[in-house]
Amino acid sequence: MKSLRLPCLERAGLDGWMVRLFDRIEENNLLWLAALAGECETEFGDTLVDLVPSYTTLLVVFDPFRLTPCDARQKLIAILARLEPADAGATSKQHCLPTWYDPRSGPDLQRVAELSGLSVNAVIDAHSARDYRVFALGFAPGFAFMGLLDTALICPRLDTPRQHVPAGSVAIAGQQSAAYPAATPGGWNLIGRTPTRLFDRDRDGFSLLQVGDRVRFVPVDQATFEARGGDTKAVSQPGPAQAR
Amino acid sequence: MSDSGLNGFRVARTGPLALLQDAGRFGVRHLGVTQGGPADLHAWAWANHLAGNPWGAAALEITFGGLVLIADRDLTIALTGADLSITCNRHPAGRWQTLNLRAGDTLAFGTPINGLRAYLAVAGGFRGDAVLGSAACVVREQIGGFDGRGTPLREGDGLTVYGTSATPAQRMAPHSEQQDYRLPATLDLLPGAQIASFTGRSLFDAFNAEWQVDQRADRMGVRLTGPRLQCSVTSLVSEGISLGAVQVPPDGQPIALLNDRQTIGGYPRLGNLTPLAASRLAQCMPGQTVRFRAAGIDRTLRQYRQFREEFCGLSHGGRDSPHL
Repeated sequence: MKSLRLPCLERAGLDGWMVRLFDRIEENNLLWLAALAGECETEFGDTLVDLVPSYTTLLVVFDPFRLTPCDARQKLIAILARLEPADAGATSKQHCLPTWYDPRSGPDLQRVAELSGLSVNAVIDAHSARDYRVFALGFAPGFAFMGLLDTALICPRLDTPRQHVPAGSVAIAGQQSAAYPAATPGGWNLIGRTPTRLFDRDRDGFSLLQVGDRVRFVPVDQATFEARGGDTKAVSQPGPAQAR
Repeated sequence: MSDSGLNGFRVARTGPLALLQDAGRFGVRHLGVTQGGPADLHAWAWANHLAGNPWGAAALEITFGGLVLIADRDLTIALTGADLSITCNRHPAGRWQTLNLRAGDTLAFGTPINGLRAYLAVAGGFRGDAVLGSAACVVREQIGGFDGRGTPLREGDGLTVYGTSATPAQRMAPHSEQQDYRLPATLDLLPGAQIASFTGRSLFDAFNAEWQVDQRADRMGVRLTGPRLQCSVTSLVSEGISLGAVQVPPDGQPIALLNDRQTIGGYPRLGNLTPLAASRLAQCMPGQTVRFRAAGIDRTLRQYRQFREEFCGLSHGGRDSPHL
């Protein structure tokens, strides 16, 4: 990716263009990506099928029966030529996710403490001390990739993913943090659990967290966690080798 | 058309996987929700067409056979896609044509002879529980299908259909559309993404080698085995993945991503299979060989437009259209 001139457009099938704006993950990327997404909504109107924002890119999927790839490309070039970053204050919603940090809800707290050379309490303090931004949703409905983590907490994924990560699990891997909206397999380090429902098909917008939002994890005790509907069931240990 | 739906079929037995699929779920991928929809768009579209349904009606996708259905009433149906030794009252059932069932008829899907996924459309369409604008059943996301919860068909289920007063014309698909999925497939691939970062040798191999369909194949993606492809980029910052993307993880063995793929991913990609090439791949049995053919946008777009015009003209589409 070294000699790439940015921004650039890459073909993504018959009905898509990948708009690459950046080559590094930075919080400011979100302002440009939000502006780009907004412009695409306006400019493409109902010929727009899907927009998939991520850390450095926006995948634009259009209706190939009403717009040729060439026309779509012209639109995107025009948008890029006049693009200005979104207003930093205007685009983000703030969320607080109450989080029960405990070895029962976060069986990897100890591992993270050992890898970082911090105490378990210091890990919890470091994780809950800052706002994270939602850079992308993916992996599963409502699964928000958040960053950036305190560099002291950066640690690799598990060698063997768990077959079953309980819904609400708060996790970290690399520079990122996330909370699992539903029980799925998963290879991130589990450090706590939130009782907040993250994906709800009956909610307007479906996903509590949207790209660009700010998220703060707020430590709560077990009683508060349970009072808010949290499930205290213990986490199963990493599963057999078939999980990847 | 009755909104509550009418009894259509009872499920007497299930096989490995039978799912309700409409055209798919669109306008929601920024939420991490995948596309869903028929793995073989071509056969699914023909099934609906032969049953007299408009583009986008929900039909059954039956993978590998094993399903037994009993008709609750007289129904007009069509069967397309894989030859799964399908019988009606123990007699071979005609495929790629309009069929009339009588109440009490037993439709049984046996084992695959040609292809992997059969489609059953019923006149009026099956009635699913639309979630986020679509009834497409995605098991992993627990979304869509008959119950809205992404549950595959189970023994004892009653399948409801929309009533229709129209009796569809008796139709048959042209022989040229009744594909022989056992033949080696040539898959059109539109170059894109990180293709420039693959080595020359790997690009030669990608488009000249025979690729074997691996056992690890499902509605998320199909793994292919062959020469090891090398890319100077080994991992990317995760980015959106569109249908048919061919990604190459560090083991050098490509994975073609289909309807239930994750919405973002971080492996370098060669480009995308066209929708019809992805459909074709979805019918390949493990062990079959396929080739990639570098395709130009003009020809493949023309081909895809012709395919769609057959069923719905070009007036549909956009994120608000259920018929996309």
